[in-house]
Amino acid sequence: MAKRPIEPFLWILFSAGGVLAALLIPVLLALFGLAFPLGWLPAPDHAHLLAVLGHPVPRVVLFLLGTFSLFHWAHRFRYALYDGLQIKHLNELINLFCYGGAMIGSAAAGYLLWQIP
Amino acid sequence: MSEPPAYREFHPRWYRPRMSTWWWLKRGSHLAFILRELSSIFVAWSVVFFLLLVTAVSRGEDAYRDFLSWTGSPGILLLNLVSLFFVVFHAVTWFNLAPQAMVVRVRGKRVPGAWIAASNYAAWALLSALVAWLFLGG
Repeated sequence: MAKRPIEPFLWILFSAGGVLAALLIPVLLALFGLAFPLGWLPAPDHAHLLAVLGHPVPRVVLFLLGTFSLFHWAHRFRYALYDGLQIKHLNELINLFCYGGAMIGSAAAGYLLWQIP
Repeated sequence: MSEPPAYREFHPRWYRPRMSTWWWLKRGSHLAFILRELSSIFVAWSVVFFLLLVTAVSRGEDAYRDFLSWTGSPGILLLNLVSLFFVVFHAVTWFNLAPQAMVVRVRGKRVPGAWIAASNYAAWALLSALVAWLFLGG
């Protein structure tokens, strides 16, 4: 397992996702998950949000955030199952679920961000 | 050369201590390690949540209004509250660890770890302010 040449690449994805998730997810989640629904701050109107998300820079940033964060999840969750819950006999299935899920999620993110009018 | 060891029917028992599934509950630092690993689940949920927001905004004003009222439902609010706790926990532990992962040298001298952590926190504050400004006023 340790000799597979893909492993360092997966660690790079993990770190990149860790940095992006740490920098950007807390503020986004605090705004859209709590502050707007609870009325602490006025929710942006649809036109403004469409203008922000329609701009290429936020689109690309969100795509990178989504992709790297999903691979960050895949890598960390895989080891959480391995070390935390001591599941050591289902490696193939867990890898398929984690990295496969991250790939499908990244493709979905790309498609959804692409088709913003 | 001596004689090869004689065949014995029973070999000695391996020393293989059983590890409990819940080994990480016994020590604070182990618990923190597992909580940090679990934070990844909430990172993934956040991405799904943002993609649902993007989808609603693309579909139009009514879909966006439905999304906003959906985020106000108690279950989603609770999930997002828990997620925010874990995501902030991830961010803090990640930035505190950065000095160990990054060795930065300026003119041959190693930059002190506290500076690296501080610059990470500064970037965090700056980007958070930028994102909030973008969505609130911009």
